Amino acid sequence: MLEIKNLHARIAEDGTEILRGVDLKVNAGEVHAIMGPNGSGKSTLSYILAGKSDYEVTEGEIIFHGENLLELEPDERAAAGVFLAFQYPIEIPGVATMEFLKTAMNAQRKAKGQAQLSIPDFMKLVKEKSKDLNVSMDMLKRPLNVGFSGGEKKRAEILQMSLLEPSLCVLDETDSGLDIDALRIVSEGVNKLRSPERAMVVITHYQRLLDHIIPDVVHVLSKGRIVKTGGKELALELEKNGYADYIEAA
Amino acid sequence: MPAVQETIDQVKAIDVDQYKYGFVTDIESERGAKGLSEETVRFLSAKKGEPEWMTEWRLDALRRFNTMEEPDWARVSYPKIDFDELYYWASPKSVEGPKSLDEVDPELLATYEKLGIPLREQEILAGVEPKNRIAVDAVFDSVSVVTTFKKELAAAGVIFCSISEAIKEHPELVKKYLGSVVPVTDNYYATLNSAVFSDGSFVYIPEGVRCPMELSTYFRINEQNTGQFERTLIIAEKGSYVSYLEGCTAPQRDENQLHAAVVELVALDDAEIKYSTVQNWFPGDSEGKGGIYNFVTKRGDCRGKNSKISWTQVETGSAITWKYPSCILRGDNSVGEFYSIAVSNGYQQIDSGTKMIHLGKNTSSRIISKGISAGKSSNTYRGLVSAHRKASNARNFTQCDSLLIGQDCGAHTVPYIESKNASAVFEHEATTSKISDDQMFYCLQRGLDEEGAVALIVNGFVKDVIQQLPMEFAVEAQKLISISLEGSVG
Repeated sequence: MLEIKNLHARIAEDGTEILRGVDLKVNAGEVHAIMGPNGSGKSTLSYILAGKSDYEVTEGEIIFHGENLLELEPDERAAAGVFLAFQYPIEIPGVATMEFLKTAMNAQRKAKGQAQLSIPDFMKLVKEKSKDLNVSMDMLKRPLNVGFSGGEKKRAEILQMSLLEPSLCVLDETDSGLDIDALRIVSEGVNKLRSPERAMVVITHYQRLLDHIIPDVVHVLSKGRIVKTGGKELALELEKNGYADYIEAA
Repeated sequence: MPAVQETIDQVKAIDVDQYKYGFVTDIESERGAKGLSEETVRFLSAKKGEPEWMTEWRLDALRRFNTMEEPDWARVSYPKIDFDELYYWASPKSVEGPKSLDEVDPELLATYEKLGIPLREQEILAGVEPKNRIAVDAVFDSVSVVTTFKKELAAAGVIFCSISEAIKEHPELVKKYLGSVVPVTDNYYATLNSAVFSDGSFVYIPEGVRCPMELSTYFRINEQNTGQFERTLIIAEKGSYVSYLEGCTAPQRDENQLHAAVVELVALDDAEIKYSTVQNWFPGDSEGKGGIYNFVTKRGDCRGKNSKISWTQVETGSAITWKYPSCILRGDNSVGEFYSIAVSNGYQQIDSGTKMIHLGKNTSSRIISKGISAGKSSNTYRGLVSAHRKASNARNFTQCDSLLIGQDCGAHTVPYIESKNASAVFEHEATTSKISDDQMFYCLQRGLDEEGAVALIVNGFVKDVIQQLPMEFAVEAQKLISISLEGSVG
């Protein structure tokens, strides 16, 4: 589904090189974890997948569903099935969460040439998905992410993910800012979305998220390269020994 | 064309006073002499069949106007207006309008289509010269609506007619109230308006009556051809209530025209007037040429105790806007409100705000102003809040928020706060923000395109004000704001 080949990228503003030849292949139905120390380029990789203009790809390619992803605008990538759950979800003052959800769903439906959702159909879907994630009606009426707690923000991200039904879910440090209960709710929400047609890339510092979302493959990213790939046991090993060996290996 | 004939017959059967002027008359021949002079004013007044006292009132205004200087304190710039080059009777646009929709700017038509305006009305709004009377039926469709309403209004004792009609039919009311809120010599443009006002609306709500429906100029399409110098007067007697909607939600095809309107509101004891405006006049083309100069004086007088006047405005059009809808809080416990959204794009210049003059005891006012600037536009909020000596316990809360889109626009906030009474409490909050790249990226990542993302963020920004608008206006206002900001990013 997703194939990243020899990806090099830098910060557009100052030219700082962040990714130096990332190779990654993710098949439908798989969950890949990307771990690594601070500054290794994990978040950059997620932003580049989503098409943030702050970064410049200098070499390499990203093929998604057989298409060159780098040629698509961010909204086209979203409609093509790429979803990024943000580490720090952005506040949109004055826009009720519900309103935002409806606008986003209808924008993607429009891009795909589908009819707009009727209000009753939309309400039914939102109510159903909100229940699983313990998102209250009151929260849906509040402006998106404004004054949300860390847990509420992340639950709102996963709620959007479950409503937009992307084929590729990129989760950037979804566990940051979560207490144990919130971590469980969010992870359950993510696990519900695992399916043979859907791939996930889970970016995290810590093994604890991977106790809940069990990956098929674990990669270690260091200094802009994937330096080690293994099974879920690799995460446990990292938890025990730290990243030191890999920082040197890079 | 039997259908057309039928419409004309129907129209003839309806006796609608406001159509004595305008469409029925031969517009082309009804243009007065160019220039501003006593002759012009007499000609205009005679054409309108006005009584002598009205003519004198106008002439007095003209004499005073001739001694006045054009003000230059606003943060706007434009070439000096030559008043001798203007027409004051019938408008040139109805004569020089495009012959058919093919000659109308396609961009304008695209806008109409987005607003969902039917083709017939598009022709009228774009000022297409009527080939035959086909255009009339769209107009008269609206008229029949007005007529239906008129019966219901008359049953409630409400007077809702053109100001020209009121001058003839209700001279005692007009004499008593006209110029009582905005005096003839109030300011340069108000004085000009007093001399040459063309038409406008007149509303009178009798004591204790809650007006059974929202009153609107929307249906009174005839005003669009005479609307250069509108004059509106609304009187709410003791304990009455009225909600008035002003404006046309489609841009008009006008070239560098001066619109100097005056609106006066009078609220007596326990009365409430809610006045909403959605203004979307031609803002000039992408290079800043053309567009309306909108120099408007709007003022409400809370004359009675416990009265309330509320202004809500959504301003997206005009090349230059100079407008300060104000409240004089004369009655004890009276309340003034001002909710405003001012959107500027391209080369538009807006200098707008409000004045809350606290005179009575325990008066309170609230100002929520949302300015959005894009393109190379300039958007200034200018507001005065003042408490006079006797205005004990006056309260004001002001919130001015500015949102900038892009690098080349400007937003300014100029608040004047004066208090001569130690018990007054005035609060002022102001913020300036930009649509951040992060907000844009977040919305794009969820599948919104750039215009959709800007529209969503801006609508969030203006929500507090939109909520004050009557339902059907709110939807149109949101659409308008999105349309006027199209192309402002990217």
